[in-house]
Amino acid sequence: MIKVQEEDFDVGQEIKNLTQENHAIGGVASFLGLVRDIASNEEISAMTLEHYPGMTEKMLAEIEAEANRRWELDASLIIHRYGRMEPGEQIVLVITCSKHRKAAFESCEFLMDYLKTKAPFWKLEETSEGGKWVDARDSDDTAASRWIET
Amino acid sequence: MKILYFAWLRTTIGKSTEEITPPETVKTVSDLLDWMPSLGENYSSALEKRDLLRIAINQEYADPEHVIKPDDEVALFPPVTGG
Repeated sequence: MIKVQEEDFDVGQEIKNLTQENHAIGGVASFLGLVRDIASNEEISAMTLEHYPGMTEKMLAEIEAEANRRWELDASLIIHRYGRMEPGEQIVLVITCSKHRKAAFESCEFLMDYLKTKAPFWKLEETSEGGKWVDARDSDDTAASRWIET
Repeated sequence: MKILYFAWLRTTIGKSTEEITPPETVKTVSDLLDWMPSLGENYSSALEKRDLLRIAINQEYADPEHVIKPDDEVALFPPVTGG
Protein backbone atom coordinates (compact mmCIF):
# COMPACT_ATOMS: atom_id res chain seq x y z
CA MET A 1 0.00 0.00 0.00
CA ILE A 2 1.21 3.51 -0.87
CA LYS A 3 0.30 6.70 0.97
CA VAL A 4 1.64 10.12 -0.04
CA GLN A 5 0.28 12.63 2.44
CA GLU A 6 0.85 15.92 4.21
CA GLU A 7 -0.37 14.74 7.61
CA ASP A 8 1.57 12.79 10.24
CA PHE A 9 1.05 9.07 10.86
CA ASP A 10 0.96 6.63 13.79
CA VAL A 11 3.52 3.84 13.36
CA GLY A 12 1.89 1.50 15.90
CA GLN A 13 -1.51 1.90 14.33
CA GLU A 14 -0.13 1.30 10.83
CA ILE A 15 1.56 -1.95 11.92
CA LYS A 16 -1.64 -3.06 13.63
CA ASN A 17 -3.67 -2.31 10.47
CA LEU A 18 -1.38 -4.54 8.41
CA THR A 19 -1.14 -7.46 10.80
CA GLN A 20 -4.42 -7.77 12.68
CA GLU A 21 -6.31 -9.65 9.95
CA ASN A 22 -3.38 -11.78 8.77
CA HIS A 23 -1.99 -14.33 11.21
CA ALA A 24 0.30 -15.90 8.63
CA ILE A 25 2.63 -12.98 9.33
CA GLY A 26 5.49 -14.00 11.60
CA GLY A 27 7.71 -10.94 11.34
CA VAL A 28 7.45 -7.23 10.75
CA ALA A 29 10.34 -4.93 9.79
CA SER A 30 9.99 -1.18 9.69
CA PHE A 31 12.03 1.90 8.90
CA LEU A 32 11.03 5.32 10.17
CA GLY A 33 12.78 8.41 8.81
CA LEU A 34 12.84 11.61 10.89
CA VAL A 35 13.81 15.24 10.23
CA ARG A 36 17.23 15.98 11.77
CA ASP A 37 18.22 19.35 13.21
CA ILE A 38 21.75 19.31 11.77
CA ALA A 39 22.84 18.70 8.19
CA SER A 40 26.33 19.35 6.76
CA ASN A 41 27.24 21.02 10.10
CA GLU A 42 24.44 23.54 9.72
CA GLU A 43 21.48 23.95 11.99
CA ILE A 44 18.15 23.23 10.30
CA SER A 45 15.02 24.95 11.58
CA ALA A 46 12.64 23.14 9.20
CA MET A 47 12.48 21.24 5.96
CA THR A 48 10.02 21.37 3.08
CA LEU A 49 9.49 18.34 0.91
CA GLU A 50 8.38 18.96 -2.64
CA HIS A 51 7.19 16.11 -4.84
CA TYR A 52 5.76 15.33 -8.27
CA PRO A 53 2.11 14.35 -7.64
CA GLY A 54 1.19 11.42 -9.84
CA MET A 55 4.71 10.28 -10.61
CA THR A 56 5.46 9.89 -6.89
CA GLU A 57 2.59 7.43 -6.40
CA LYS A 58 3.50 5.64 -9.63
CA MET A 59 7.18 5.20 -8.69
CA LEU A 60 6.39 4.07 -5.14
CA ALA A 61 3.89 1.52 -6.49
CA GLU A 62 6.52 0.22 -8.94
CA ILE A 63 9.11 -0.08 -6.17
CA GLU A 64 6.64 -1.87 -3.91
CA ALA A 65 5.65 -4.27 -6.71
CA GLU A 66 9.34 -5.02 -7.30
CA ALA A 67 9.85 -5.84 -3.60
CA ASN A 68 6.85 -8.18 -3.72
CA ARG A 69 8.32 -9.86 -6.80
CA ARG A 70 11.68 -10.43 -5.11
CA TRP A 71 10.49 -11.45 -1.64
CA GLU A 72 7.50 -13.37 -0.37
CA LEU A 73 5.69 -10.68 1.57
CA ASP A 74 2.31 -10.87 3.27
CA ALA A 75 1.91 -7.11 3.47
CA SER A 76 3.86 -3.93 2.81
CA LEU A 77 3.32 -0.22 3.28
CA ILE A 78 5.13 2.94 2.22
CA ILE A 79 4.07 6.29 3.69
CA HIS A 80 5.91 9.40 2.55
CA ARG A 81 4.98 12.90 3.70
CA TYR A 82 5.37 16.17 1.82
CA GLY A 83 5.14 19.80 2.91
CA ARG A 84 6.88 21.60 5.77
CA MET A 85 8.25 19.63 8.72
CA GLU A 86 10.30 20.53 11.77
CA PRO A 87 13.15 18.56 13.38
CA GLY A 88 11.91 15.43 15.09
CA GLU A 89 8.93 15.02 12.79
CA GLN A 90 8.32 11.78 10.92
CA ILE A 91 8.95 11.92 7.15
CA VAL A 92 8.83 8.39 5.83
CA LEU A 93 7.70 4.95 6.98
CA VAL A 94 8.30 1.59 5.34
CA ILE A 95 6.77 -1.57 6.80
CA THR A 96 7.23 -5.08 5.45
CA CYS A 97 5.52 -8.18 6.80
CA SER A 98 6.49 -11.75 6.08
CA LYS A 99 6.38 -15.25 7.52
CA HIS A 100 10.06 -15.03 8.45
CA ARG A 101 12.34 -12.17 9.38
CA LYS A 102 14.84 -12.40 6.52
CA ALA A 103 12.38 -11.37 3.79
CA ALA A 104 10.99 -8.61 6.01
CA PHE A 105 14.43 -7.14 6.87
CA GLU A 106 15.82 -7.36 3.33
CA SER A 107 12.77 -5.99 1.53
CA CYS A 108 12.47 -3.11 4.00
CA GLU A 109 16.06 -2.06 3.27
CA PHE A 110 15.54 -2.54 -0.47
CA LEU A 111 12.43 -0.32 -0.41
CA MET A 112 14.24 2.50 1.39
CA ASP A 113 17.31 2.29 -0.88
CA TYR A 114 15.16 2.37 -4.02
CA LEU A 115 12.83 5.05 -2.72
CA LYS A 116 15.77 7.35 -1.98
CA THR A 117 17.06 7.20 -5.55
CA LYS A 118 13.83 6.88 -7.56
CA ALA A 119 10.86 8.55 -5.84
CA PRO A 120 10.54 12.19 -7.02
CA PHE A 121 10.90 14.07 -3.72
CA TRP A 122 13.18 17.05 -3.06
CA LYS A 123 14.19 18.50 0.30
CA LEU A 124 14.55 22.22 0.90
CA GLU A 125 16.27 22.92 4.22
CA GLU A 126 15.65 26.13 6.14
CA THR A 127 18.85 27.42 7.73
CA SER A 128 19.86 30.76 9.25
CA GLU A 129 21.08 31.71 5.76
CA GLY A 130 17.79 30.90 4.07
CA GLY A 131 16.45 27.97 2.06
CA LYS A 132 18.89 25.43 0.62
CA TRP A 133 18.09 22.54 -1.73
CA VAL A 134 19.66 19.33 -0.51
CA ASP A 135 22.13 17.72 -2.92
CA ALA A 136 21.72 14.06 -3.82
CA ARG A 137 24.40 11.84 -2.29
CA ASP A 138 26.50 9.32 -4.21
CA SER A 139 26.26 6.98 -1.22
CA ASP A 140 22.52 6.64 -1.89
CA ASP A 141 23.23 5.51 -5.46
CA THR A 142 25.79 3.03 -4.13
CA ALA A 143 23.27 1.69 -1.62
CA ALA A 144 20.64 1.21 -4.36
CA SER A 145 23.09 -0.35 -6.83
CA ARG A 146 23.82 -3.34 -4.58
CA TRP A 147 20.28 -4.56 -5.25
CA ILE A 148 20.81 -4.74 -9.03
CA GLU A 149 20.06 -8.29 -10.14
CA THR A 150 22.78 -9.89 -12.24
CA MET B 1 3.57 20.02 -24.79
CA LYS B 2 3.20 20.35 -21.06
CA ILE B 3 6.43 20.77 -19.19
CA LEU B 4 6.99 20.69 -15.42
CA TYR B 5 9.94 21.86 -13.33
CA PHE B 6 10.78 20.86 -9.78
CA ALA B 7 13.07 21.94 -6.91
CA TRP B 8 15.88 24.36 -7.93
CA LEU B 9 14.93 24.05 -11.60
CA ARG B 10 11.53 25.46 -10.73
CA THR B 11 12.97 28.33 -8.70
CA THR B 12 15.63 29.17 -11.32
CA ILE B 13 13.22 29.13 -14.25
CA GLY B 14 10.60 30.89 -12.15
CA LYS B 15 7.59 28.69 -12.86
CA SER B 16 6.44 25.18 -12.05
CA THR B 17 4.69 24.38 -15.32
CA GLU B 18 4.07 25.77 -18.80
CA GLU B 19 2.92 24.83 -22.29
CA ILE B 20 5.71 24.98 -24.84
CA THR B 21 5.81 24.42 -28.58
CA PRO B 22 9.32 23.51 -29.63
CA PRO B 23 10.30 23.75 -33.32
CA GLU B 24 9.90 20.62 -35.46
CA THR B 25 13.63 19.96 -35.32
CA VAL B 26 13.20 19.02 -31.65
CA LYS B 27 12.64 15.25 -31.76
CA THR B 28 14.21 13.90 -28.57
CA VAL B 29 14.71 14.87 -24.93
CA SER B 30 18.28 15.78 -25.79
CA ASP B 31 17.10 18.09 -28.64
CA LEU B 32 14.69 19.72 -26.20
CA LEU B 33 17.47 20.43 -23.70
CA ASP B 34 19.59 21.88 -26.57
CA TRP B 35 16.76 24.19 -27.56
CA MET B 36 15.50 25.34 -24.16
CA PRO B 37 18.32 27.80 -23.32
CA SER B 38 17.08 29.93 -26.28
CA LEU B 39 13.94 30.67 -24.22
CA GLY B 40 15.82 33.03 -21.92
CA GLU B 41 18.62 33.58 -19.45
CA ASN B 42 16.77 31.82 -16.62
CA TYR B 43 16.49 28.71 -18.81
CA SER B 44 20.15 28.76 -19.81
CA SER B 45 21.27 29.09 -16.20
CA ALA B 46 18.87 26.30 -15.09
CA LEU B 47 20.29 24.05 -17.81
CA GLU B 48 23.94 24.75 -17.01
CA LYS B 49 24.13 21.49 -15.09
CA ARG B 50 22.13 19.55 -17.66
CA ASP B 51 24.16 16.35 -17.23
CA LEU B 52 22.85 16.24 -13.68
CA LEU B 53 19.18 16.59 -14.62
CA ARG B 54 16.64 13.82 -14.57
CA ILE B 55 13.90 13.65 -17.19
CA ALA B 56 10.50 12.01 -16.94
CA ILE B 57 8.12 11.54 -19.86
CA ASN B 58 4.53 10.85 -18.84
CA GLN B 59 5.74 10.21 -15.28
CA GLU B 60 8.37 7.59 -16.19
CA TYR B 61 12.15 8.18 -16.21
CA ALA B 62 13.43 8.67 -19.76
CA ASP B 63 16.83 8.71 -21.49
CA PRO B 64 18.12 11.66 -23.54
CA GLU B 65 17.42 9.68 -26.74
CA HIS B 66 13.75 9.28 -25.86
CA VAL B 67 11.51 10.66 -28.64
CA ILE B 68 9.00 13.25 -27.44
CA LYS B 69 5.51 13.84 -28.82
CA PRO B 70 3.36 17.00 -28.67
CA ASP B 71 0.90 15.56 -26.12
CA ASP B 72 3.60 14.27 -23.75
CA GLU B 73 3.99 15.48 -20.18
CA VAL B 74 7.68 16.25 -19.79
CA ALA B 75 9.24 16.86 -16.37
CA LEU B 76 12.73 18.17 -15.64
CA PHE B 77 14.20 17.90 -12.16
CA PRO B 78 17.41 17.47 -10.18
CA PRO B 79 18.38 14.11 -8.64
CA VAL B 80 15.82 13.16 -6.00
CA THR B 81 16.47 13.64 -2.27
CA GLY B 82 13.49 12.11 -0.47
CA GLY B 83 13.39 9.48 2.23
